[in-house]
Amino acid sequence: MTPAVDPGHAGLWTLAWRRLRADRLAMAALAVVAAFLLMVLLSATGLVAADWEDEVAVNFAPPTFLGTPPDAAGTNAAAQAVPDNPFDPLAAELRALRAELAREHPEANAPRRPTLPFGADKWGHDIVAKTVKGGETSIIVGLVAALLAVGLGTLFGAVSGFYGGLVDDFFNWFYSVFTAIPSILMILTVAAVLQQKGVLTIVLILGLTGWTGPYRLIRAEYLRHKAREYVLAADAIGASSWRRMFGHIFPNVSHVALVQLSILVVGFIKAEVILSFLGFGVPVGVVSWGSMLNEAQNELLLGKWWQLTAAAVAMAVLVTAFSLLADALRDALDPKVK
Amino acid sequence: MTPLLMTPLLEVRDLRIAFRVDKHSTVQAVKGVSFAVPRNATVALVGESGSGKSVSSLAVMGLLPADTTVIDPAGQVLFDGRDILHLAGPERRALCGSEISMIFQEPMSSLNPVFTVGFQIGEVLRRHMGLDRARARARTLALLEEVGIPDPAVKIDAYPGQLSGGQQQRVMIAMAIACEPKLLIADEPTTALDVTIQQQIMALIARLQKERGMAVLFITHDLGLVAEIADHVIVMRHGEIREAGPAAQVFGAPRDSYTRALLHCRPPLDTRPWRLPVIADYIATERRAAEGEARQPVEVRQRQRGYAPDDDIVLDVRNLKKSFWLREGLFGKREFQAVRDVSFQLPRGKTLGVVGESGSGKSTMGLTLLRLHQASGGSVHFDGRDLLALTKRDYHAYKRRIQIIFQNPYASLNPRFTVGQILLEPMRLHGIGADDRARVKLAQALLDRVGLPAQAYHRYPHEFSGGQRQRIAIARCLTMQPEILVCDESVSALDVSVQAQVLNLLQDLQDEFGLSYIFISHDLAVVKYISDRVMVMKAGEVVEMADADELYRNPRHPYTRALLAAIPQAPLDMRELR
Repeated sequence: MTPAVDPGHAGLWTLAWRRLRADRLAMAALAVVAAFLLMVLLSATGLVAADWEDEVAVNFAPPTFLGTPPDAAGTNAAAQAVPDNPFDPLAAELRALRAELAREHPEANAPRRPTLPFGADKWGHDIVAKTVKGGETSIIVGLVAALLAVGLGTLFGAVSGFYGGLVDDFFNWFYSVFTAIPSILMILTVAAVLQQKGVLTIVLILGLTGWTGPYRLIRAEYLRHKAREYVLAADAIGASSWRRMFGHIFPNVSHVALVQLSILVVGFIKAEVILSFLGFGVPVGVVSWGSMLNEAQNELLLGKWWQLTAAAVAMAVLVTAFSLLADALRDALDPKVK
Repeated sequence: MTPLLMTPLLEVRDLRIAFRVDKHSTVQAVKGVSFAVPRNATVALVGESGSGKSVSSLAVMGLLPADTTVIDPAGQVLFDGRDILHLAGPERRALCGSEISMIFQEPMSSLNPVFTVGFQIGEVLRRHMGLDRARARARTLALLEEVGIPDPAVKIDAYPGQLSGGQQQRVMIAMAIACEPKLLIADEPTTALDVTIQQQIMALIARLQKERGMAVLFITHDLGLVAEIADHVIVMRHGEIREAGPAAQVFGAPRDSYTRALLHCRPPLDTRPWRLPVIADYIATERRAAEGEARQPVEVRQRQRGYAPDDDIVLDVRNLKKSFWLREGLFGKREFQAVRDVSFQLPRGKTLGVVGESGSGKSTMGLTLLRLHQASGGSVHFDGRDLLALTKRDYHAYKRRIQIIFQNPYASLNPRFTVGQILLEPMRLHGIGADDRARVKLAQALLDRVGLPAQAYHRYPHEFSGGQRQRIAIARCLTMQPEILVCDESVSALDVSVQAQVLNLLQDLQDEFGLSYIFISHDLAVVKYISDRVMVMKAGEVVEMADADELYRNPRHPYTRALLAAIPQAPLDMRELR
């Protein structure tokens, strides 16, 4: 027996928080994840990056630290410097039209900046604002879809493992059918049924196809735990099946769900990239890290690497912090670890 | 005698071992232990959990995890006059394979399930003795014959899973003696086995020791077990040696109060003291003696047990049956009858003991009674109703009146709940107590009743020792004020001294609340002590049922007699303390 300090009236979460706070790496990871979540919140409410679609810089404006490229000035003046074609009978109208446009949309002819702190994409969007806005989409997709998948997987796995028998057979059959279909085909099917592009569609596609992994693991845990004496004891004192399943067993297997959640969030953020590539991703006009990476493919051939770097670095930082946090959280939630 | 034969085979000098718990703290497991194992003799190292007995033996074998263990370099382990504690890895491994070998508690987890036993023993022979395949096989056959495996020519090609627990342990012993070691270390080799099998394995080890002239270091928690085979006994507690001496002296005239306590904590078979002596009694006696007071007689009152004709029957079980269906092939099913036709009656305030070895169906019977397993037939009459015929909803009200305490106090409490939550939950489920404040009060009163401090309320189960956890489990049952308590091997996993405390608590609670117990155990001495009537089960059937004293004095069924004969008995000459 460990001569423990009396934890007082502290509950499970208070204790977990105390343990988490003692772990410096976990606190750093938590700070990073919290910063990303705050960014999502601010971006979703329009407080930051609302103007990401403004073409503030020249096309492919490089990051400031690379210096101004020699051909930047030419590109900037191109819009105004179209010379009149002397043989064009409509030259006068064209000039009038141009003048009208310039009056109505002064920003279109505003001088564009030759460089930006982290560069611009091919339309001259600020990469920083674009990454923030893209992060909003990607993180919401990753988190909500992972929550949906882990929620479904946990529910099915718990019911299946706990009741066993015919219920288990049914869910196993369902699982086998689901996993027998190639996942791309599955995604195409769901996409075809939903028949619209959008963030919600991607969440549903990923959530409805991603529950199988957590299901298998949670079911195995429930099979193992349901015969444990503490569950029998709970039955003996009159706890209902539902209570035993989620009040007694779930806290003991929650670490599995938590780890699955962290793996799936990461996986789904990446999956959204693939979906975007296949054309089932976010609709035109919505930006995500996935669509940024997709654009970056062609840009890389031209040597415009900054969009790729921005999206990849943002993703890598979030994914690493999230995994570290999930690990630390799992340890902190285990009362046996001191 | 030559000087070489005079030196002991193994000598441990001032062994100190600590374990690193985290970066800053260590726990001292062995605190300066010195002992010797002479040639051709059996030395028993006895102690309860946490005494450092196993750690000491693992240090001799060099099997402690290197990254967390700190062994004081001043200590020495001399084998044949060589210090092996500071020997380099490969040399030491060679020595441990051939000259010293070890058998462990769990034969099943020590044998590799995917290789035949013949292959596994043969591998040892080929590697350490350099025998070729054919000679190794011939030698393996001889070894299996020697350790008493029936049909060695067939069993040599069997997989470990196809052998019984006793046979597996015999295979382990065959493997250990294959290279003709000079020293055999046996670490609780019979603890996981049934009593009758335990007796056979003990006899086997004693015979091999004599025939081969090896030395045996026998590690156990059960002092009574080694009385017959040990030449020397070393008693350890909290990492220190409390007493060491020839077996006759340790059992006949123990000098240390802890040794005396260990000898008397086991329930005696011939008497039934009102309460069992516990270690604190002996320590207190010693203190009083030191202060010049006369020795206090511990407990002289005797308890009378047995059913009386005018007993008020609270539980009437008739023809209880439980079958499990095993899947065979794709569609086939095979019936396995775990409990067949068990009938008994339980009077108010009395105890029915149920004994049997593993697989006798005694635990299944207990779980079926409480509807934790679905019964296959029969009836359980309680309060005028057949509990097995009630709907789930109707049965809920009866659940709190029949409760169960499980064997493993480490597994029966939810590790994620505090003790407070564990105690409040049943009261909330059954609407006991007016509000949560009243329930908390009752829970704290019960903690006090079972002998736990008030701070326990906010702690988690893992912060408690085995005996304390079993008290928590008892307190949880008491919150529901049950009338019947099924104790399923409830004291089997506990150290003998703790076992005595929990048995005393159960007796006190029975006296106080008039509880009726169904006490299930493989330990006939414990069952005999606490029961009014004893039911002996074998292969799902009741083979004998009689009042406890009668069953002990006059066992009718041969199986009962075999069980009784298998109880290890320490020669108790220390009657002045009774």
